Amino acid sequence: MNKAPMLLQARGIKKDFFGNVVLKDINFTLEKGQIMGLVGENGAGKSTLMKILFGMKDITETGGYQGDIILDGEKVHFETPFDALAAGIGMVHQEFSLLPDFSSTENIQLNRESVNYNVTSEIFGERLNTLNKKEMRKKAVEAINKLGVDLSPEMVVSEMPVGHKQFTEISRELSREKMKLLILDEPTAVLTEKEAETLLKTMRKLADSGISIIFITHRLGEIMEVCDKILVMRDGCIISELEKDKTNVREITKAMVGREVKGISENKRENSDAPEIMNISHLWVNMPGEIVRDVNLSVKKGEILGIGGLAGQGKLGIPNGIMGLYQAGGKVIFDGKEIQLNDAKLCLKEGLAFVSEDRRGVGLLLDESLEWNVSFTAMQAQDKYLKKYFNGLIKWRDQKAIEEVTQKYIDELQIKCTSSKQKAKELSGGNQQKICLAKAFALEPRLLMVSEPTRGIDVGAKALVLEALKKYNQEAGTTIIMVSSELEELRTTCDRIAIITDGKVAGILPAHTSSEEFGYLMVGAKDMVKEGEK
Amino acid sequence: MNKTEGKSLKEFINDFIDSFGWPRLIIALFLIMLFIIAPLGGISITQSISDVLQRFGMNSIMVLAMVPMIHSGCGLNFGLPVGIIAGLLGGTISMQLGFTGGLSFVMAVLIATFFGIIFGWAYGVLLNKVKGGEMMIATYVGYAIVSFMCMMWLLLPYNNPQMVWGYKGTGLRTTISTEGYYLHILSDFLQIKIGNLVIPTGSLLFFAFFAFLMWAFLHTKKGTAMTAVGSNPIFARASGINVNSIRTLSVIMSTVLGAIGILAYQQAFGFIQLYMGPFYMALPAVSAILIGGASVNKATISNVIIGTLLYQGIVTMTPSVMNSLVHTDMSEVIRIIVSNGMILYALTRKTEGAK
Amino acid sequence: MKKTNIKSFVLDNLVPIIFIVIGIFGIMFSGFSATAIANEMMTRLARNSFLVISLLIPIMAGMGLNFGMTLGAMAGQIGLIFITEWGIVGIPGMILAAIISTPISIFLGYICGKILNMAKGREMVTSYIIGFFINGVYQLIVLFLMGVIIPIKSDILLPRGYGIRNTVNLIGIRKCLDNLIPLKIAGVSIPLATFLVIALLCLFIIWFRKTKLGQDMRAVSQDMEVARDSGIKVEETRILSIIISTVLAGYGMIIYLQNMGTLNTYNSHNQIGMFSAAALLVGGASVSKANIRNVFLGVILFHLMFYVSPYAGKNLIGEAQLGEYFRVFVSYGVITLSLVLYELKKKRDKLERGKKLALMQEEDK
Repeated sequence: MNKAPMLLQARGIKKDFFGNVVLKDINFTLEKGQIMGLVGENGAGKSTLMKILFGMKDITETGGYQGDIILDGEKVHFETPFDALAAGIGMVHQEFSLLPDFSSTENIQLNRESVNYNVTSEIFGERLNTLNKKEMRKKAVEAINKLGVDLSPEMVVSEMPVGHKQFTEISRELSREKMKLLILDEPTAVLTEKEAETLLKTMRKLADSGISIIFITHRLGEIMEVCDKILVMRDGCIISELEKDKTNVREITKAMVGREVKGISENKRENSDAPEIMNISHLWVNMPGEIVRDVNLSVKKGEILGIGGLAGQGKLGIPNGIMGLYQAGGKVIFDGKEIQLNDAKLCLKEGLAFVSEDRRGVGLLLDESLEWNVSFTAMQAQDKYLKKYFNGLIKWRDQKAIEEVTQKYIDELQIKCTSSKQKAKELSGGNQQKICLAKAFALEPRLLMVSEPTRGIDVGAKALVLEALKKYNQEAGTTIIMVSSELEELRTTCDRIAIITDGKVAGILPAHTSSEEFGYLMVGAKDMVKEGEK
Repeated sequence: MNKTEGKSLKEFINDFIDSFGWPRLIIALFLIMLFIIAPLGGISITQSISDVLQRFGMNSIMVLAMVPMIHSGCGLNFGLPVGIIAGLLGGTISMQLGFTGGLSFVMAVLIATFFGIIFGWAYGVLLNKVKGGEMMIATYVGYAIVSFMCMMWLLLPYNNPQMVWGYKGTGLRTTISTEGYYLHILSDFLQIKIGNLVIPTGSLLFFAFFAFLMWAFLHTKKGTAMTAVGSNPIFARASGINVNSIRTLSVIMSTVLGAIGILAYQQAFGFIQLYMGPFYMALPAVSAILIGGASVNKATISNVIIGTLLYQGIVTMTPSVMNSLVHTDMSEVIRIIVSNGMILYALTRKTEGAK
Repeated sequence: MKKTNIKSFVLDNLVPIIFIVIGIFGIMFSGFSATAIANEMMTRLARNSFLVISLLIPIMAGMGLNFGMTLGAMAGQIGLIFITEWGIVGIPGMILAAIISTPISIFLGYICGKILNMAKGREMVTSYIIGFFINGVYQLIVLFLMGVIIPIKSDILLPRGYGIRNTVNLIGIRKCLDNLIPLKIAGVSIPLATFLVIALLCLFIIWFRKTKLGQDMRAVSQDMEVARDSGIKVEETRILSIIISTVLAGYGMIIYLQNMGTLNTYNSHNQIGMFSAAALLVGGASVSKANIRNVFLGVILFHLMFYVSPYAGKNLIGEAQLGEYFRVFVSYGVITLSLVLYELKKKRDKLERGKKLALMQEEDK
């Protein structure tokens, strides 16, 4: 272990967001010129850890963290990303932070441009120095060469292929003088296979030149190819620290997902004779960040079908596309009838309902009362809670019916609020989620799609929400499609689980299958799934 | 109950100010102050109140015209002149066709509504194409249509001698008297006179009628959808609402109300003002509703009533009080600062919730 | 391929092309001689270019058309009122007026920038209303405080003893810059000195684009978040762009009024924002992109239309008034059209991205 000098050491890092513990006692070390792979499911705490390392304001604003970070033998504590940058840490985020109309040189040198001194700056300040384009170009070329890729310094970002954008970002970090540690957050997710290969090669080169790299990815193949050691995180802990030479994909996968959860219900109905209620074929959905490429699925009547997979693989796109929120194509047959895609109204009329993962953006009228939130969709799509006058010419809001239905769900789902007149934005996340469910229940759908029903809500509320779904499924006989990033949640709630990888169905397994098997499907190691399970 | 009792007076006042809004409070206090010092300058209070009521009747429907577009999330209707032009067409065509008296007003309203629907539809379709930039574009659409109609007033074949330039026989006059047509047709209807105090019952009833229609509309299924579209368009879309058609409907409603509003204005004022007349008419209506407590995406009927009363109160009271006390007319300047300041305040306030 | 090129060229330059056509028709029907038109165009180019150029920098910073430039115009007018009061004439008078206007412009620009930072995403309509609002304050000061709190004695005061008259005769500086270096070519008099000042300003703009601050503004215009993450002070940069624009507008107004020779105390500034914006847009600029070429092309085309249309209207229909209304309509129409095209383009870019993705997936299958 002590071959090379130590660059970074984390000791007992802990972090909670208002009592919600996300990191418990993180310890690891990183040597100079080492590449460390960091893997874990969504929500394992990877990104929080990186945010702490990079001094992001979501950490400082929520009360900082506990524990020590030691960089180059000195204890450091970054208040802002600028502190981290100054100390020699660079981070390339999943989303590009590039200016589209600037050339790669201008982006690489952004706010660190070389300037020529002139007189006016004496009076009016340094910002009136003129840019030294030659010097800028030189420095940019230097950085690009350091990375060892073929990238034109003059090319404008908006005209670049995705790979070049990624290279521009990395070059920008490299052009900083004292760059010691580079954090790459899923850098290969947007790249083509060939581009990814080049990137992995250059990572190796950089590491050989003495720069340490923390590499976050879901692609275990890449981890095995390039990393020196691998850190597996789960539930805010480091589950294992593995040496690349002594491990394999199977072991990593197991570490990632392999927690045995109690209560994987025995009463799973493996009712394969149930008739099909929905058939999805060749569905594509243009949802940015969650693109669905070619999904084929068959949903059985009365079941709870889980859809899982890692973030960005397209699982969220499926319900959003069917419900017409994002541009979609393909064929969806519901109860023997083809559903017109891209039209929310028709879907609702057919008896579909959807609880969006974007609670505040799509799911709620934050500025309106709970009554409105619960009743609105059913009122508009199904003419419920209306009094009709003059042969239906005038459809008047039936305040009494609205109050009744809202009160009913407030009681049933134990929604904590002052009254049904309270505004939705004043509720806590968990209660807001219950309002979203109530809205969907009010539609009395034949098929209910829920997307990330427990995202961002506390443990107690989580259980209640899941319980409510199960109960609704049993009592009303409603078929439910539940999309979630949390595999364990799917395993405790669903009958079957489909895993989406790269916009396609990687496989469908019964919920009681071991987490490992699901893990293989998620990381694209399909061939490891035991045969016969499918 | 215990809760309110437990509150200290200070909290109570703070809550009240929060819900009422600082600017509105200051303006209301200013107006009350004007009413208190008015008698010192020898101004009759009843006369002032009559004036305010008169102006309320004249302007309130144009302020009401702001409501639908605010509800549907199209923002403040700086394009009110589009509706006013429809109203001007209604008034002039009704006169040209030779209707007189009460009938001329009814015809004017009908024709204005017809044009209002057509203009509003086109204007609404345009605004749907420029979501996010509605207010700026609405302003210029208003200006463009006013200046376009300037040409039309010259060219259209009007020939009623009361309306066209006497020496040429063509081209409409800048101001046309409504005398013999619909002058005071509403304000004299059921008018109540108590000493100095004159209540233009007809005008007020006319406004009440449209305010009631608006209130009722907002309680129907469509009206509920309109509010939801303004509150969160993505939510509305996910609930199967055709956001664009609701927005277009709101623009049509605003435009038609603007058209009828200008007719109500003309009958009391006595003149039809053509050419550049409608140019700046949007701003008083916009600031009135904002003074009434509306924001860029929320407005109610009570905002309309309170706002119009406050705004018109200041417009009528400041000149007379100022004149009698300091013998200067600073009222115009005060009006400009107050009304535009109010709009600025609304524009810079963080809009509630989703845009 | 070529066909689409022509089509996109026409679409991208729709506004200037319409104006060239209007201009040609206007000249034909107005009955003006070439010299008369050339003379008038020279005057108007010298008079307006400076003002129009003052709009460029906020566009560079992504804040759209700065309708708040009227603030600068008011500052310039206050400068002119003072030099008239003090009886300082000629070039020194103009320079002094500029010096007086500068701190006022900076102050107003700072306020305007601050407010616009609170109204991100609707800068244009807000700057437009700020123009109205400050106009009220301006009237308060000029109409009521001048002569009372601010000592003014000369006959530019209203007879009642306070407030400035509706029109102030600027005889002292009238055309002093235009005629500083007299030049006449083929019967066309050219205000050379004014053009030199404008040329200097153009050089300033070109130089400014190359400075660090100019680079920061371009960065802020593209993506405020990315710029902020890289350490650029976004808010400060935006305020600076408005301050520079306001100060330049103040100087521009002084140049404009030295040519006119009279100051309409309560009206001169009102229409300036609209005319300048319209001229810039006519020159092919958009709300997000403008350069010096747009300024000159725009001033020429817009004012050509503005100058000839009343006469063309008179000769064509016998109604000069019609031509006047026509030119007002066209001014507002062109701004409306540009704003609409700008919003449409924003939307089209988004749609196209979606289309590309869909296509990619279709191919995948």
